[in-house]
Amino acid sequence: MGTQLVMYEEEFTKINAVCDRLTKDANAKVVFLVDKNGQLISSAGQTQNIDTTSLASLTAGNVAAMGGLAKLIGENEFPNQFHEGAKDSLYMTIVGSRVVLVVIFDNRTSLGLVRLRIKKASDELTKIFESLVKKTDAPGAGSPFAEISDDDIDNLFSE
Amino acid sequence: MSFINYSSREINCKIVYYGPGLCGKTTNLQYIYNKTAAETKGKLISLSTETDRTLFFDFLPLSLGEIRGFKTRFHLYTVPGQVFYDASRKLILKGVDGVVFVADSQIERMEANMESLENLRINLAEQGYDLNKIPYVLQYNKRDLPNAVSMEEMRKAINARNIPEYQAVAPTGVGVFDTLKAVAKLVLTELKKGG
Ligand SMILES: Nc1nc2c(ncn2[C@@H]2O[C@H](COP(=O)(O)OP(=O)(O)O)[C@@H](O)[C@H]2O)c(=O)[nH]1
Ligand SMILES: [Mg+2]
Repeated sequence: MGTQLVMYEEEFTKINAVCDRLTKDANAKVVFLVDKNGQLISSAGQTQNIDTTSLASLTAGNVAAMGGLAKLIGENEFPNQFHEGAKDSLYMTIVGSRVVLVVIFDNRTSLGLVRLRIKKASDELTKIFESLVKKTDAPGAGSPFAEISDDDIDNLFSE
Repeated sequence: MSFINYSSREINCKIVYYGPGLCGKTTNLQYIYNKTAAETKGKLISLSTETDRTLFFDFLPLSLGEIRGFKTRFHLYTVPGQVFYDASRKLILKGVDGVVFVADSQIERMEANMESLENLRINLAEQGYDLNKIPYVLQYNKRDLPNAVSMEEMRKAINARNIPEYQAVAPTGVGVFDTLKAVAKLVLTELKKGG
């Protein structure tokens, strides 16, 4: 059972910056960062016409299924996946065993460049997530929801 | 595992509808989808076979509103019920915050209910979760059918621990939102405890 994922301002800003830069450096259309449980963490690029919530959930489902397949054949996981479409292609990389970096790109760039840039971004993200985990586990981090009342919860369902 | 983002002030939780094949899990999500305002829901995704049976999962993201300035989002998932999809069920339970067990009230499905509940317990344990400790509610679905067994018998079969239970007729929505609210509340209460 993994620890709860908590995101703070400082790391969030850094993560968004990495995704932004990756989009530009790789000449990609869109970059997503998704938690393995299916929650979207960050996105960059031309996200306007993409249903990001669905994308996050299906990415997690796909990575989980491929992970299950990997174990069946004696591998720990498949850290990278590439899917080639007629126009757009998709590259997924598991980062620090807990999040998935997804890059969508077309023929304005190349698979080689995309892979190269992903490698660098992935190293940076691994470091950021390590510090995030330390922060979350630090004594006194506590639950941010400790102060919410039963009334607060009831009010959500009042209508 | 819930995901709390202090920066965008969002909290995301994962709820899984579990139960034997054809007990009404997908119907629960379809009803919720049809009855919620467009701005509070995302797309309902169904990864199903040609005959409409759930192949991998159904997925529905819902926004419930704000608590102390945090947007609360719930991601609802269903599992495929048939016995041979056990590998998929395990995957979907990863990172779960709350479980709804949907039971089929028909007498001929009682054994399937019990088997599925046991399967849930085992699959959760494999992920390090204890069904006795996580947010968990029961829904007795298909109460409209003439071959539905009595509530007393249902309880005896699958609710020895007397956890929160709801009677439902999913296609018409009876009990559907009561069940969802109950589990969502348990999940938020758990977060409050710092779970
Ligand atoms: N009569 C009746 N039929 C139901 C009820 N809930 C679901 N069904 C029907 O049972 C069938 C299986 O439902 P589905 O939601 O696909 O089951 P799932 O396998 O658990 O996802 C469908 O034909 C539903 O219309 C109920 O409460 N009463
Ligand atoms: Mg189904």
